[in-house]
Amino acid sequence: MSVFNQSRSYIVRLIFLVTFIIISIQLFNLQVLSSKYKQLALDNAVFPKRVFPPRGIIYDRLNRPILNNTIMFDLMVTPTQVRGVDTAYLCRLLEIDTAEFKQRIVTSIIRNGRYRPSVFEGLLSPEKHARLEENMWRFTNGFYLQERPVRTYPYNVAAQILGYIGEVDSGIIARSNNYYIPGDYVGRNGLESFYEEILRGQRGIQYLIKDNKNRLVGRYENGEFDTAAVAGRNLRTYIDVELQQLAEKMMNNKVGAIVAIEPKTGGILTMVSGPNFNPNDLTGSDKQKNFARLTLDVSAPLLNRAIKGQYPPGSTFKPIGALVALDEGVITPSFGYPCNGAYYGCNRPVRCTHAGGGHAANLRLSIANSCNAYYTHIYRLTVDNPKYGNVKVGYAKWKDYMNAFGLGTKLGIDLPSEDNANIPDTSRYNTVYRGSWSSCTNLTLGIGQDMMTTTPLQLANAICLIANKGYYYTPHFVKKIDDETEADTILNKYRVKHEVLTHISDDAFEEVISGMQDVVERGTARSAAIPGINVAAKTGTAENYRIIERKRVQLKDNSVFVCFAPRENPKIAIAVIVENAGYGGTWAGPISSILMEKYLNDTLRPERLKKVEEIANANLMPSYLERLQYIEDSIRAFKWFEMTNDSAYLKNYVLIERSGVPASLPTEEKWPPVFEWEAILPKEEYFKNRPLV
Amino acid sequence: MNQRNPAISKGIDWRLVGLYLLIVGIGITAIFGATYVEGDNVITSFLTFKTDYSKQFIFFILSVIIGVFILVTDSKFFAATANLWYAFGILLLLLVFPFHTEIKGTESIIRIGGFQFQPAEFCKIPVCLALAKYLSLNETDFSKTKSQLIAAAIAILPAILTILQKETGLALVYFSFFLVMYREGLPSIILIIGFSVAALVVLTLLLEKNTLAIILTVFAGLTAYSMRRQIKRNKGLLINIVLIWALCVGIQRFGVPFIFKNVLQNHQVERIYSTIGKEVPVEYLKGYDASTAPSGPRMNTADYNVKQSKIAIGSGRFLGRGLLKGTQTRYDFVPEQRTDFIFCTIGEGFGFVGSMVLIIVYLALLFLIITVAERQRSTFSRCYAYGVAGVLFFHIGINLAMTIGLAPVIGIPLPFVSYGGTSLLTFSILLFILIRLDADRQMVIR
Repeated sequence: MSVFNQSRSYIVRLIFLVTFIIISIQLFNLQVLSSKYKQLALDNAVFPKRVFPPRGIIYDRLNRPILNNTIMFDLMVTPTQVRGVDTAYLCRLLEIDTAEFKQRIVTSIIRNGRYRPSVFEGLLSPEKHARLEENMWRFTNGFYLQERPVRTYPYNVAAQILGYIGEVDSGIIARSNNYYIPGDYVGRNGLESFYEEILRGQRGIQYLIKDNKNRLVGRYENGEFDTAAVAGRNLRTYIDVELQQLAEKMMNNKVGAIVAIEPKTGGILTMVSGPNFNPNDLTGSDKQKNFARLTLDVSAPLLNRAIKGQYPPGSTFKPIGALVALDEGVITPSFGYPCNGAYYGCNRPVRCTHAGGGHAANLRLSIANSCNAYYTHIYRLTVDNPKYGNVKVGYAKWKDYMNAFGLGTKLGIDLPSEDNANIPDTSRYNTVYRGSWSSCTNLTLGIGQDMMTTTPLQLANAICLIANKGYYYTPHFVKKIDDETEADTILNKYRVKHEVLTHISDDAFEEVISGMQDVVERGTARSAAIPGINVAAKTGTAENYRIIERKRVQLKDNSVFVCFAPRENPKIAIAVIVENAGYGGTWAGPISSILMEKYLNDTLRPERLKKVEEIANANLMPSYLERLQYIEDSIRAFKWFEMTNDSAYLKNYVLIERSGVPASLPTEEKWPPVFEWEAILPKEEYFKNRPLV
Repeated sequence: MNQRNPAISKGIDWRLVGLYLLIVGIGITAIFGATYVEGDNVITSFLTFKTDYSKQFIFFILSVIIGVFILVTDSKFFAATANLWYAFGILLLLLVFPFHTEIKGTESIIRIGGFQFQPAEFCKIPVCLALAKYLSLNETDFSKTKSQLIAAAIAILPAILTILQKETGLALVYFSFFLVMYREGLPSIILIIGFSVAALVVLTLLLEKNTLAIILTVFAGLTAYSMRRQIKRNKGLLINIVLIWALCVGIQRFGVPFIFKNVLQNHQVERIYSTIGKEVPVEYLKGYDASTAPSGPRMNTADYNVKQSKIAIGSGRFLGRGLLKGTQTRYDFVPEQRTDFIFCTIGEGFGFVGSMVLIIVYLALLFLIITVAERQRSTFSRCYAYGVAGVLFFHIGINLAMTIGLAPVIGIPLPFVSYGGTSLLTFSILLFILIRLDADRQMVIR
């Protein structure tokens, strides 16, 4: 039957065959020719989890940990699994309301999706953690506690030196060649940042399998491809944690800085910047809040004034000026200047605290009595030295000396963002004085004023140079890295001796140092004497100008003090600056002396302990800060009001008239105000008790 | 008569049985690979029948038992009761409308107790039988248009009922019966027209409206020009050319947009556009509101399945990642991976080699069925065999093509391999009836 159509069976077979061949070609294309699908499948299913090793610990010179690692806990939530949880109870434990609870769940879903865990509350305070730990069995649906390693600071000190750990930003990611990914933690600021690569160790990778909902379900190939994490290495520093504690205590409620260096090694024993804060504030649950508070504080507690503060050195500069003059041969140790209470060599007199009586009859006496006229005079002698023919050449030479002393240049300390302060060069004076200036123009450079500024670190380093009679090591914190190898070159530059000023004769150094010893024994710093130890020191009382509200205001003098001891075998050199505090011998001197005594004798005499308390309790915060804070805060409140029309903050700063309209909000006609804050600062009486000076 | 000689093994083509067992074996292995959960005790789960692979195994046993029943049945029984079965099948399809249970958007499933039954799947058997019966009737002269229309109606009636149950994929299967009609003398021109319309639809989707219209016009013009001598003699030819041109442009400009706008559902439109790799035009999406729609390129949800499926198959490379080693199928990246997308497990686990083995086995089965068909003395058996070949070919071809991105996603199972009781039973019964008929190939059955 129907055999007449039998040929069609071949066509049917042909259709089958062609279809299957087309399918086979596509399979060949997918499975053999194209290699991307294998990778796509791995991307789908394999999650390379980064395993972070413990960060290195930082120890002080006696191997006490200044910072350490500890575990805090994050409360994690997996939104889909939250079922049948007593949310009201959980809210009570966490001290939040149910609206906040819902908001956090929504945020988690937005951030990480509903199948993956997100942080519900990070870095639980110990009390909350304890409360939750006890009740965790109630919340096993969807909630769990996850360990989070964080830093802890057992001595509560050295916040500005150590820096902190924070999430990476896009800049760091780019600079690291994408080593970091968003969400990674990295050392921000301080030693944490400078030694990041040592401290962080080597991150490991664990390959985990995830399913279609991004849940992790196990190890990939039993961990065959995993790389182990290598722990971060510890740092051994020169810091003396007890000295640091003492120094920070004394800088309480003061603006300024303390730097103490071991002259023989350049190792920094103590570095304090006031005002200060507790490093533990930047870990834990209140981290964000505290960070905001510190950032908005106009006294800038986050600023490390020891390396970033620029201060005129004032009279503490005099030993340096003397050494330069001696080395240049413009004076001899026996050179004297007949000072009658002021220097009259130029148009304006430079006043001196003493008058007559041969108080500057020779170099030693001039240092001990801190004669301004003497040093103004020898500065002029130095820069007007006939052998240079021209004040500009002479000044350039003088500036070279300053840079050799490490003033006005970055020293290269092992902290990020050191400032170079300022020794102006000739071009600067040329610009300011249109090319016509003489040694009279900037004669107060001789007594550490004029445009000259230094950082406290530079000042301390210059004292080391004097103590060492011509050489120094770049100041640094880290003595050694645990398991240091040839490949660790980061510390090499701190082990190089800089013999920059050894051409100055030992006699010149001896003479200047003797003068500095006289300062303590019978000069301006008798309060700094330590029985049984020969201390060399120099006080300074630097004029303190500041531009506040667009006016250059002279504030109370800065109290400056430099010293080293013992004279014969210098073990510690210190520079202290206390802003707005008056005479160098009044505040900076005793602070330095107490630190030296503590470091050299390991204990303090009872009367010194009393002095410590006295200093620590003294509040020398400049009064303009409070005024500035008010202005800053009110501007911020005003901007907030402008942005949101929410007057909640602004109300604290404006007088409200009876109609309910703020008395002095800017009106259309008055807009824009000269200063934004002018418009909202009507309370003249508020400032009556808060003068600028 | 055969009843007196009850050796049921007589005349059975063991090659068919062998290929059947081989493919079912591959299927159960693949389902095992797709659904095995780490830590399962394989033996226990086979005994407790709680896992998918063990359930499929039961259905296999059940299929074999039914197969044996079929083999002991008189081969005349199938021809004699074909129309009855057809009536029964249509009745079942109609019963779906009042009694269906809605599951995953389909309205084609009847649930009796814990047992789910899909008449649209089962109905292939009656249709295959009824069509063979009609074509083998002495009074049927298949060269007549009337007979061709009746035969087409037998196949298309259940297809229409299935479309009404929102199972377009299953409905398309009924068009595979045109293979039978083609073998029995359906003029080639009908198939050529069918293919041309299909090609025109594909071109409509691929090309810009006006571009295609111009191409068609140019094509018509060229045809008219090359045939100008014949046209001089016979003006009717020109009219024909113009009519065909008008029909083509009509389909392209109005027919296809009409179907996409009014007949197809959103997910079907998306699947079709996903296959050709283009974004769905807004006017084809029902309930689309430009003001509320998110900006940026619209997500084509159909893309995900095919993309994951291609990744799974592609990641198998030449030799495969090994059973249970494929991450795509182990961790549920491919949706429906034990049913419609079961081929992914084979592609990922056994690679190009494994996939080719399965394809060659399938091809061998199809070729064997054609060979079997051609050796039948009775038209009924031959038509039935072609029906089985057509149904299997359609399922295999579309299913494989959709998993590798050559065809739109149409939810039809891979015969003997995909998980699903109704599907395995239906295909087994189809094949066992063929084996039974073939055993009596020297007999003329009406």
